[in-house]
Amino acid sequence: MTGARDNGRKALINARLLDPASGLDQTGAILIDQGVIQDFGPQLFNDGLPEGIEVFDCKGHCLAPGLVDMRVQLGEPGEEHKETIHTAGLAAAAGGVTSLVVLPNTEPVMDDVSGIEFVARRAREEKLVKVFTYAALTRRLEGREITEIGLLDEYGARGFTDGTKAVADAQVMRRALAYAKAFDQLIIQHPAEPSLSASGQMNSGELATRLGLSGQHPLAEVMMIERDLRLVEMTGSRYHVAHVSTAESVAVIRRAKARGLPVTCDTAPHYFTLNEHGVGDYRTFAKVSPPLRAESDRAAIAEAVADGTIDAIASDHCPQDQDSKRLPFAAAEAGIVGLETLLALSLAPVHRGDATLLGVLAQLTHRPADILRLPVGRLKAGLPADLLLFDLEESWRIDSSRFRSKSKNTPFDNHPVQGRVLRTIVDGRVIFQAE
Amino acid sequence: MSEEANSLDFSRYPQRHLLGIAERTSDEISFLLDLADRYVVQNRLPGKKLDLLSGRTVINLFFESSTRTRTSFELAAKRLGADVINMSVSTSSIKKGETLIDTAMTLNAMRPDVLVVRHPDSGAVQLLSEKVNCAVINGGDGSHEHPTQALLDALTIRRRVGRLEGLTVAICGDILHSRVARSNIHLLTVMGAHVRLIAPPTLMPSSVERLGVEAFTDMRAGLQGVDIVMMLRLQTERMQGNYVPSIREYFRFYGLDQEKLSLAKPDALVMHPGPMNRGVEIDSELADDLDRSLIRDQVEMGVAVRMACLDVLTRVLRRDAETEAGVGT
Repeated sequence: MTGARDNGRKALINARLLDPASGLDQTGAILIDQGVIQDFGPQLFNDGLPEGIEVFDCKGHCLAPGLVDMRVQLGEPGEEHKETIHTAGLAAAAGGVTSLVVLPNTEPVMDDVSGIEFVARRAREEKLVKVFTYAALTRRLEGREITEIGLLDEYGARGFTDGTKAVADAQVMRRALAYAKAFDQLIIQHPAEPSLSASGQMNSGELATRLGLSGQHPLAEVMMIERDLRLVEMTGSRYHVAHVSTAESVAVIRRAKARGLPVTCDTAPHYFTLNEHGVGDYRTFAKVSPPLRAESDRAAIAEAVADGTIDAIASDHCPQDQDSKRLPFAAAEAGIVGLETLLALSLAPVHRGDATLLGVLAQLTHRPADILRLPVGRLKAGLPADLLLFDLEESWRIDSSRFRSKSKNTPFDNHPVQGRVLRTIVDGRVIFQAE
Repeated sequence: MSEEANSLDFSRYPQRHLLGIAERTSDEISFLLDLADRYVVQNRLPGKKLDLLSGRTVINLFFESSTRTRTSFELAAKRLGADVINMSVSTSSIKKGETLIDTAMTLNAMRPDVLVVRHPDSGAVQLLSEKVNCAVINGGDGSHEHPTQALLDALTIRRRVGRLEGLTVAICGDILHSRVARSNIHLLTVMGAHVRLIAPPTLMPSSVERLGVEAFTDMRAGLQGVDIVMMLRLQTERMQGNYVPSIREYFRFYGLDQEKLSLAKPDALVMHPGPMNRGVEIDSELADDLDRSLIRDQVEMGVAVRMACLDVLTRVLRRDAETEAGVGT
């Protein structure tokens, strides 16, 4: 910034202001005071800039609320060799993510207050992005006894989920939904009927048959969602489906929403960017859970992103080290790192003309924030100045060797993308600046 | 024999490895079968041993137990004069992949010429081939491929019937878990045979028709008018759960007996990759019927096919080494 005087007041001028929550898309400026958005708009500073204020010229690039990534695995505590809160924070900052929400499948599992406090303390120490946590829905993620939802709610849990495991027992799910309603808490399901999906290593179909890998039928996903929706109807609780990957799942959720059920869902960029052929010759970097699906499913997910049926796009960041991935396909861990590629991959449908810029940004900012009741994700006076400046047009190739993330497991290495993060700001502080 | 073999055009198989049949052309397959044919003749002579692979080292690396295939490869290598080492590696005690990659790196440092690898995971042999400098033969990987089995099956048929093209071959049994079936589907279809798959619905892989075959769940319908009936072993060790209600029921509907075989062509031949579960997949009487059963021929052809594969891959190694040396001068 230029004209610096450390009075906590900063002006970002000459920006394409994008606020998906209000539909704003105009050239203008933002005034930040003590880390909070004080004012913004096209007319701001029309009478000239105040004296002695820090000024940064955005040169016409897009200035939007920082991304809110509602599904991230950190690796800390428990698997610090894959990722730490520090490296995840750096990766998030480089990806334009200013708030992320952590899954509870850490080691130990975040099924009590101490786990949530630990992550919150470590995140405060790092002073990078804002880190929120989910709590486990059941103790030790075993799917049997529900956790202390009320107490965990008091300590800031943003939702309850067993992470990468589905809650298989319908009675447990029913009670969890009913109990969580008393605290207006959100239940998040990994949608896969375990008895159908457990042995599947990739999407079932011709390719799985050719590769001799056991298949996971798409039906395993929609079946779990349909069961849960019955329970949502019974209890009236808020329910969220994580990483939707099939056409049928989207259709069922669309119908449930039309009926007014309190259901939301997210997907990850790989589900609308890649199909099962990403697995190719046993490429374990394309092994994810749920698996990459058929082209018709990929297209349906892309359509549901475009029409807004899918509420949020999350990175589903899942760091895996080399030793976890350089294995025979069946033995390799599932997961893709996504924090640093979230924006660029999500913008592809915009550049193709299939989705609107504000629509996709909404799925990356205020809509996940609204689902999780987080006071972020929009341009609004009085809210924290969590902002993302990006060049919508710049073309580049993803290069995993440059990732800040400790793990480099991505099937998108060398993948051409368009749209680059230039600067990430949290509470008015610049935490990432492109070279 | 080696002079006879030398009369063949070895450039018809230019590959460094034999990882599967799926990518192989009909000409590559025909070449391997032609070469194997010569080794069948050689193996019937009193002086079986050659020195073609003298000074070469072949390592049989088996992550899954198999006496028959390992012995067949061992015999093939020894008949060509190679030094052979057999390694059995348990996958249960240590994390599978660490063992695989670590073992590959260790073995590679010992500079073998050919690795024959069997592994319980699909794709594992390909992964290993990317880590070593020698030639790799897939001795069976998970439910994926078992290329030398398909080649020996083809050689068996070709020698008995005289051709593969135009034949109708029924592959029956546990298709879902069978690498033998996958390799045979690729080989037989590329060589112009018509392939039918016969299995209970629970043991039939999804979208299998896309591989260019006809699928039947009714064995009697599937066997109508076929030339060859290829039975598969019921891989009970691969089954987690209840794929078929009982062995008794399986034999009743999917076991091969004289009555079901009578629906095939009158001179239809019966095959089985072994080891057989007698009275489960196949009636014992039928298995031992020398007029109809090619099962013993298959074992004999196995050695010849593996000799052919070792021969051709070591020639590719020699060619590559010469090319490299030529580049350096």
